[in-house]
Amino acid sequence: MKTNGILDVPDDSVGLVKTEYFTFAVIPDEMRLVSGRSLGPVTLAYETYGNLNAERTNAVLLLHALSGSAHAAGYNSNDDLYPGWWDLYVGPGKTFDTNRYFIICSNVIGGCTGSTGPASIDPGTGKEYGLSFPIVTIHDMVNAQYHLVRHLGIDRLLAVAGGSMGGMQALQWCISYPGMVASAIPLASSASLSAQGIAFNEVGRQAIFRDPNWCGGDYYGGNKPEAGLGLARMIGHITYMSEQLMHEKFGRRLQDADLFSFNFESEFMVESYLHHQGIKFVNRFDANSYLYITKAIDYFDLKADYGSLGAAFEKVEADFLIISYTSDWLYPSEQSREIVRALRACGKHVGYTEIDSDTGHDTFLLDDRQTQRNIANFLRSQFEKHG
Amino acid sequence: MKSTAEHGGEIRAGYDIIIEEVPAHSRVLDLGCGDGVLLYTLQRVKKIDGYGVELSAEGVSMCLEKGLYCYQGDIDDGLADYKSNSFDYVILNQTLQSTKKPEYVLAEIMRIGKNAIISFPNFGYYQIRLQLLCKGTMPKNRLLPYEWYESPNIHLLTIRDFLRYCRGNHYPVKKERHFNVGVGGVSLPTVAAANLFAQYGMFVLDGEKFTGAS
Repeated sequence: MKTNGILDVPDDSVGLVKTEYFTFAVIPDEMRLVSGRSLGPVTLAYETYGNLNAERTNAVLLLHALSGSAHAAGYNSNDDLYPGWWDLYVGPGKTFDTNRYFIICSNVIGGCTGSTGPASIDPGTGKEYGLSFPIVTIHDMVNAQYHLVRHLGIDRLLAVAGGSMGGMQALQWCISYPGMVASAIPLASSASLSAQGIAFNEVGRQAIFRDPNWCGGDYYGGNKPEAGLGLARMIGHITYMSEQLMHEKFGRRLQDADLFSFNFESEFMVESYLHHQGIKFVNRFDANSYLYITKAIDYFDLKADYGSLGAAFEKVEADFLIISYTSDWLYPSEQSREIVRALRACGKHVGYTEIDSDTGHDTFLLDDRQTQRNIANFLRSQFEKHG
Repeated sequence: MKSTAEHGGEIRAGYDIIIEEVPAHSRVLDLGCGDGVLLYTLQRVKKIDGYGVELSAEGVSMCLEKGLYCYQGDIDDGLADYKSNSFDYVILNQTLQSTKKPEYVLAEIMRIGKNAIISFPNFGYYQIRLQLLCKGTMPKNRLLPYEWYESPNIHLLTIRDFLRYCRGNHYPVKKERHFNVGVGGVSLPTVAAANLFAQYGMFVLDGEKFTGAS
């Protein structure tokens, strides 16, 4: 254990970390978005772990999923109960080894944990953007990250890595900035979300729209649409787990009783779990951000954007490690295989493995040894090759 | 020192002659690459640009450990996506007999590879014949170490079968090697009556010529 102030953290933790902020696209140089609209100034919240080497060849950009943040690892304060969202993977000696690599993670634009999003103040009006915030795409998120990476003095990233929406950003990075990415690690991801995935996102958005507190997105300063956002999160959580995992974790067990109470109080363990997830989420997430980010995921479609996957990947220079999970029904393996086949046909270097897991889409966030081992080995050989 | 064909005590049949066959800096696809030892050796010794396909997740992980790019899937999965003649060499080492669709796999290999290296255990080897003749049971030995009910080898063949097949399909055979595996995994060439006395057959087919002709 090492001690940071009053906080005892494990030796393989990055310890106390501070979120930094980078602002660019200051008026009149606003950032041009895919939708045709402009946004500025743009602030990105980011954290870094480890040290950039003298040759600047060991930088790894981590890309978060729907509900993630810049805070990938360690603790922001001594009072933090939980570490960052990918702490199981980031730290000294871990998969993304901070003794070896310089790790960067930023909050996406449209987000609500420090980067410019619908809850930010619109300099034009002095009020929160709300729904006047322009629609952002995965492509826009990546373009914003590009400014941050250049600001940090990095010409080429050793790797871009992320799961789910983070994997989409990783793919977009390789396509948008081929010369800047040596390798990419998309996990549990896809070149486009399925109709089923869009359907679940839409139900989540409708839950928010129909919350009377939502007020057309103009709820800042008043009561927040917590019921709607909580419900959206509960629905989302079902899609992140597999049937098997739910069965093992909760089964039909009751929370506090042995017998049915014959009323509508929540009594099954799985009900309590989902309620808990919903409540936890509304304390840390903005409902409008949920709308914007799910929309960005729905819009992502490399085939539509470039004509075909082959055309999308033609100029890509990166080497790939792509991982999918057998029990992931939200981003099923076939969607990863489709990416792999297109990359192979383009003659790119690509490793692909479908990991046998019971834990569903979110496996990439869990302590999965196979995922960790494969990424660590891939990164090591990429560093030997490009570092 | 261990021979390149021996790894962890296990004999890697015919690795040495495949390594000898592949020219430096070739672009190589190894179908059914297992733990990647052959590709890794080729990468080290011949500086090849290597690609692998392997069914087991553990095999893929071991390839990643060696810095190889390996795809987890059936070997016939996605072959159709490759452009014609996109590899200098496509290797099918000790795998043909366990493919589900050998005809499809061979046709695709001939299309995507400028050269194909096909190596397989020879079911015509005299000890196999003797076992079937004398004992009346399915042969089980070092070449084919499985009981009939657990064997992945569903399309067993002899050297003569393969040659006939190539002739019938107009697959040009560039080179033909017949061998037994000796001490330390060294391949020992057989001199006469290959279909009777060779444990293994290795063939180099001219995929470029074939693709050009069709």
